[in-house]
Amino acid sequence: MLDAQMLSFIYASLMALAILLYAVLDGYDLGVGILLPTDNEEHADTMIASIGPFWDANETWLVLAVGLALIAFPVAHSMILQALYLPITVMLIGLILRGVAFDFRAKAKIKRKSMWNQLFKIGSIISAFTQGYMLGLYVMSFEQSALAIVFACLSGVGVVAAYALIGAAWLILKTEGKLQQQAIAWCQIATRMAFFGVVAVSAINPIINHSVYARWFESDILLLLLPMPIICLCMFVLLDRVLSKLKVHPDVGSWLPFLISCMIFILCFFGLLYSFYPYVVPGKLTIFEALAAPESLRFLFYGVVVVVPTILAYTAFSYRVFWGKVQPLSYY
Amino acid sequence: MLDTLLLSRIQFAANISFHILFPTITIALAWFLVFFKVRYDQTQHPVWLRAYRFWVKIFALTFALGVVSGITMSFQFGTNWPGFMEKVGNIAGPLLGYEVLTAFFMEATFLGVMLFGMKRVSPRIHTLSTVIVAIGTSLSAFWILSLNSWMQTPTGFEIRDGVVFPTDWFLVIFNPSFPYRLAHMLLASGLTASFLIAGVSSYRLLRGDDKKAPHLTLKVSLTVAMLLAPLQMFVGDLHGLNTFEHQPQKVAAMEGIWETEQGADMLLFAIPNEKTRSNEYEVAIPNLASWILTHEKNGTIRGLNEFKDATPPVKPVFFGFRIMVGMGMLMIAIAVYFRISLWRHNTLASWQLKTLVAMSFSGWVATLAGWYVTEIGRQPYLVSGVLRIEDAVTQVASDNVLISLIAYLTVYVLLLIAYVRTLFYTADKSVEVEEYQKTSIEENVYA
Repeated sequence: MLDAQMLSFIYASLMALAILLYAVLDGYDLGVGILLPTDNEEHADTMIASIGPFWDANETWLVLAVGLALIAFPVAHSMILQALYLPITVMLIGLILRGVAFDFRAKAKIKRKSMWNQLFKIGSIISAFTQGYMLGLYVMSFEQSALAIVFACLSGVGVVAAYALIGAAWLILKTEGKLQQQAIAWCQIATRMAFFGVVAVSAINPIINHSVYARWFESDILLLLLPMPIICLCMFVLLDRVLSKLKVHPDVGSWLPFLISCMIFILCFFGLLYSFYPYVVPGKLTIFEALAAPESLRFLFYGVVVVVPTILAYTAFSYRVFWGKVQPLSYY
Repeated sequence: MLDTLLLSRIQFAANISFHILFPTITIALAWFLVFFKVRYDQTQHPVWLRAYRFWVKIFALTFALGVVSGITMSFQFGTNWPGFMEKVGNIAGPLLGYEVLTAFFMEATFLGVMLFGMKRVSPRIHTLSTVIVAIGTSLSAFWILSLNSWMQTPTGFEIRDGVVFPTDWFLVIFNPSFPYRLAHMLLASGLTASFLIAGVSSYRLLRGDDKKAPHLTLKVSLTVAMLLAPLQMFVGDLHGLNTFEHQPQKVAAMEGIWETEQGADMLLFAIPNEKTRSNEYEVAIPNLASWILTHEKNGTIRGLNEFKDATPPVKPVFFGFRIMVGMGMLMIAIAVYFRISLWRHNTLASWQLKTLVAMSFSGWVATLAGWYVTEIGRQPYLVSGVLRIEDAVTQVASDNVLISLIAYLTVYVLLLIAYVRTLFYTADKSVEVEEYQKTSIEENVYA
């Protein structure tokens, strides 16, 4: 029943799910870090309180995504990770700084708190940028050229903007008063930046990447594909309108920006997925060629069937526990 | 001179040494927290809540360091040791996968509820969340030690076209050294956490903290240490016998036995010389090594001469073993003696408290020494008899590995300093906090 082809598809889908969930979930908490003000202690405390109970589990999706690549597509995993050696190191150091600063800032001496706040912000920016940078290199098939690096940097800035967007949207949902107004203002800026980022990457990608061009513009189903970018465009416009409204009536539909941001993430993600499927290493290796031993994947699959729904259920439980506007963090 | 292989090895050793410090604490500290919380639920006495609240802060900080250093580990397989996954990925992959799926998400998610949810969920759900976090940390130890043990004593597989395939998952997971290594590591965690709690509690008492919580945590941690330390010696001995059976070359290095001999002495001290293949400055107890390992006075112990092309470096294994055992003996002596003092006088003398402060991180020393013995003792293999280290290393240029190594080392050293300082700073702060009710502190505190 579970033959190699089926397993390739299942594990590729799981990996895609893990990456998408990571981008959305760690995206908003990295976004909050990117936006962290260094001159307003009170806002910084509230913002960090809004992600306190979640950031750790959010980051675990990255471990799962990398883990699934390692388990299901080991050859692809080592090709990609060796090609991205230095950016990965930089990203990991960013994630380390961000993760520990979260705890140290609350426990270290008061005079050191602002230093840890800054490390939290810097760590978040580094992690987001390098993730975008690596995405850019991936899209460019790990080409070693100036053009590829420029494109990767552009993609890095795009991801920083996108995370700031979803982070600000999260803050609109979770905060009130002055901070919420501030978050709306941040969100407006981030929306525009992310919009230009998405448009630029989507336009440049098919121009410099012939196979991607063929995928989209020489396709028989162009008409079926067209709604994807169009809806994405509409989402940006809608988001801008919603934000203007929220400025005046912050209580009506404060969850909308986050929902729309999620939609944008999902659409962009599927756009990328469509550009490269079934390749896991662009132009070199497909998910069918890269698959590990089916007997190992079958053994893990039983666990996946039981455990992944359980994980989603208790994640939902945790979000329900901390539902509503954020309150100051305290260990009781 | 510094090639990619050597640099990658140093980097992996640095990463995993830094990483293991934190899970070693949290695995057992989580169960201490469960105990504090359950006692609070039962007695409703605020001292238990005090103990819980203080140690949950330390737990959160320690856990965060464990998480971020663990994420680094998960990337290292691909960046530095691609040959590992290409050769044995069919075994290692699912074991790592189960660790992420059954342990990481569970601990990370319920940690949020445990740390910040006390006011938002019922006491029952909160205690349950604490229990789930504790189960999660122990489960992750289960999976990762299963994989590590499989690398030491692989079973349940076959090799087809140079790649390892699983044939029996039960034999893979419960490979011969796994039960011993798991028990040894869980006890090591229990002792590390006990001595940390005892050390920090003593520090608070020395700083003039007259509240009941540090007295209580000192008493609980010394009790646990007194029970676990001798048990650890017993389990460690069993683990050693298991190693003697499955990895005799490791035991030969641990005992400094160059040539196969009958009635081998136990070396209390010596300096092994790899060039002359002999020991200098030996201080030995006659026949004891043979007696411990074979239960016969003149039992045979195979020497390093029998494992010509597969002998581990002797010095680090030899000294690592002595540091681990020495520290273990010291922990037994201190735990038993101090716990009896506490029982007789209901308090500890100042020198005893100072000793415990000095011993705060004794568990780290013993645990790291023990891991060095078992991991270096596996060399030159990455997976015993299946995969050698040099066949697994990355193609990445050595300059890049040097850059990443320096970056990691810098971050790790700074974080370690920040961690220890913050730990004692948190203790300092708690000294200044007011007692919950100054008037009724005498009643039934140790209930």
